[in-house]
Amino acid sequence: MTQVLEIDRLTKGFSLHHLEKDIPAFENISFTVAAGEFVLLKGANGAGKSTLLRTLYRSYLPLSGKIRFHSSYGLIDLARAADVDVAHLRRTEIGFVTQFLTARPRVSAEAIVAEPLRLAGWEPEAALNAARKALETFGVKPDLWAAYPTTFSGGEQQKVNLARALILPQKLLMLDEPTASLDANARGALVERLQELKEQGTAMIGVFHHPDDVLHLIDRIVDLTPDHTPTEERDDVAL
Amino acid sequence: MTLALDAPRIVETRPLLEVHGVSKSYKSIRAVRNVSAHAYQGEVLGIVGESGSGKSTLLRMMNLEEIPETGSYTLDLPDVSGNLFELDRFARRMLCATKIGIVYQNPHLGLLMKHSSSGNVAERLLVAGERSFATLRQAATEALDASEFPLDRLDAPPIELSGGMQQRVQLAKAIALEPALLLLDEPTTGLDVSVQALVLDTLKRLQQDRQITMVIVSHDLGVIRTLADRVMVMRRGEVVETGLADQIFQDPQHPYTQQLVHAKL
Amino acid sequence: MSLSTLTKPWEAMSYGFLDGSAKRELRRKMLKSVAVPGCQMPYASREVPMARGWGTGGLQVSLTLVNPQTRVKVIDQGADDSVNAASIRRFIARVAGTPTTMDTLEADLIQSRHRIPEEILREDQILVLQVPNPEPLRPVQPNMSIARQMHADADYGRMWLQLYEQIVRSGRVMQGASYPSLVHGRHVMTPSPIPRWDVPKLHMAKHLTILSAGREKRIFAVPPYTRVEPLVFSDVPYKVEEHGHLTCTRSGTTGFFMNEIPRDDGTSSFEVSDSEWGVKTIRARDGDGESRGETWYKNGEMPQ
Repeated sequence: MTQVLEIDRLTKGFSLHHLEKDIPAFENISFTVAAGEFVLLKGANGAGKSTLLRTLYRSYLPLSGKIRFHSSYGLIDLARAADVDVAHLRRTEIGFVTQFLTARPRVSAEAIVAEPLRLAGWEPEAALNAARKALETFGVKPDLWAAYPTTFSGGEQQKVNLARALILPQKLLMLDEPTASLDANARGALVERLQELKEQGTAMIGVFHHPDDVLHLIDRIVDLTPDHTPTEERDDVAL
Repeated sequence: MTLALDAPRIVETRPLLEVHGVSKSYKSIRAVRNVSAHAYQGEVLGIVGESGSGKSTLLRMMNLEEIPETGSYTLDLPDVSGNLFELDRFARRMLCATKIGIVYQNPHLGLLMKHSSSGNVAERLLVAGERSFATLRQAATEALDASEFPLDRLDAPPIELSGGMQQRVQLAKAIALEPALLLLDEPTTGLDVSVQALVLDTLKRLQQDRQITMVIVSHDLGVIRTLADRVMVMRRGEVVETGLADQIFQDPQHPYTQQLVHAKL
Repeated sequence: MSLSTLTKPWEAMSYGFLDGSAKRELRRKMLKSVAVPGCQMPYASREVPMARGWGTGGLQVSLTLVNPQTRVKVIDQGADDSVNAASIRRFIARVAGTPTTMDTLEADLIQSRHRIPEEILREDQILVLQVPNPEPLRPVQPNMSIARQMHADADYGRMWLQLYEQIVRSGRVMQGASYPSLVHGRHVMTPSPIPRWDVPKLHMAKHLTILSAGREKRIFAVPPYTRVEPLVFSDVPYKVEEHGHLTCTRSGTTGFFMNEIPRDDGTSSFEVSDSEWGVKTIRARDGDGESRGETWYKNGEMPQ
């Protein structure tokens, strides 16, 4: 299998200078993710699941270790890659799905969803058409497409958010509890879309409150609870 | 301690803007000390810091209004070369008129308050040599429209306009010649919160539609968070930290940045 | 050899009123201003027995240029016989012994306020214009140091902006007299408060024009055969005053710049502004012979 990500002894902690305190998050995490593989992160609250995702996305700076990413430009260590390279990869190869939509006033739902395509160089009309299709898939009613999501309910906002985050097939996708506040239909659409991306070869790392939603997608589980071996791999686990 | 970052490997183009090792003193005060900065084509660089941190001085240097004692400044554009700090007055004026747009916090600095709004915008084109009235009028109208300025007030003098509208006129003037670089010095400070949001939204749209390179200076982290791709934190004339915007806000490293981010409401 | 053979005998006054060093300075500054057309040259404006602002700049230039053979004509708003014109003419004749004339064609040197004669000037003639405000940038840049930098950089955006503003506010360019004009494609100058009617006469003219501001101590020139282009937008043509169709009530001449004379019933009558042209027309009409020369305007139109 083609490797997409090789995480090697990754360590993250926070130094809070005003408290003169160092707070460790996780230490010496190592595992790999292959193309089309779905890895579930598991662990008690505070084990550092979300922190790990954000570190991989480089919203957090790791203290040590390596995040080797097999980009289409070659192997690059995300732990040390230049900001501009990370920004470029985020536009083209690495996605991050959160449970919150950062809606902006006076930007329509379809424009928000089309944005990643526009940044990737799509023509405005083609991007908008693809965006409408994605919104339809996630069950956003057509009369809302041109409306501003700032006024939407939490559930509708999340659908827009998912449509946006998943519209561009990426090499690596981080999922941070995307199913929270979703109705059953939308959850179904999400799982379907993830399945589709997985088949296209997207490597995924996810944190889910209720992993049952995505049970059949999971290839491996990485447990971050400190007394477990962090690289533990289980193919079939009773959840 | 976190890891030192590598040089760019994927993005092989040179940054559009590069400022290297600039220092500037006013009498005994060292306003800017050995500061370097860069911004890539289409990127929004945010510079934060409290008043007196040297961020506005740095921006004025980028607009060639201030020339530092040391350091270099390059713009990677066709027919622009060399250290721009060494240009003579004439070349500097032409470069600023055609390649750089600026929006000041104080509209009095950027606008002729008693001339018409459209005239303020047209002046940029006149400086660049446009001599057709119809073209001037058309271009001014388009730029004001892009800045979401109400066109029924096209010829109203800025002195009769609200603060938010004045900033839109400044913005229209700045973008009228499609500059490669747009500099923003506290563009929304002093405006009502709701007006501020609208002006920021206009900036964001412009940035996305035109892929314009922007440098925005503000002490308001909200403004920077809304617009910037990358953030540079300045304090007492020095850069204390730079990073991707989300990293600076979520995982600030320097004690000063942590203080700044945590002090935000 | 003694000192008395080397010096001139004592005189009550230098020739042409101004002393030698004053005239030398003016000559130098005139040469400079001819060398850089339209560029304002500072000079030490001397005292003459006339108040500043009444044509002292023009007078100093005339006094410097004349010799006993120079035939001098002085006009004020087109008229040779106004008090001011008559006084200056008499003063020059008295201190320099020059012959005087009212005929444009006969004159070697014409000092004028606010007009250029209607008859075409020749290569051997000099026109001296009195200038109250030599700085065309003053309305847009009150700081004269910055204005000088703007001239140096040919930074005339603000001048154009002024025209833009006038069209936006009034639908047309409101600038009447002193219409800013680009000389030799480089310096913008004010042609002194001549009407728009007269500005095209300066363009590629055969004669030398020297413009001098005594109070502001600035001198500038339009050498012969030099481009003088009024600032206009490419799509808003330059317009002169609509006088082409007017007829002078006294001389009957048509197609020249007129003075408007309001009448009691609210209407106006018109008299030709170039008084000597009117006189010549009347003479021709009365059968005293044709003395009129060729004019710049033909049938009320300036040929392109």
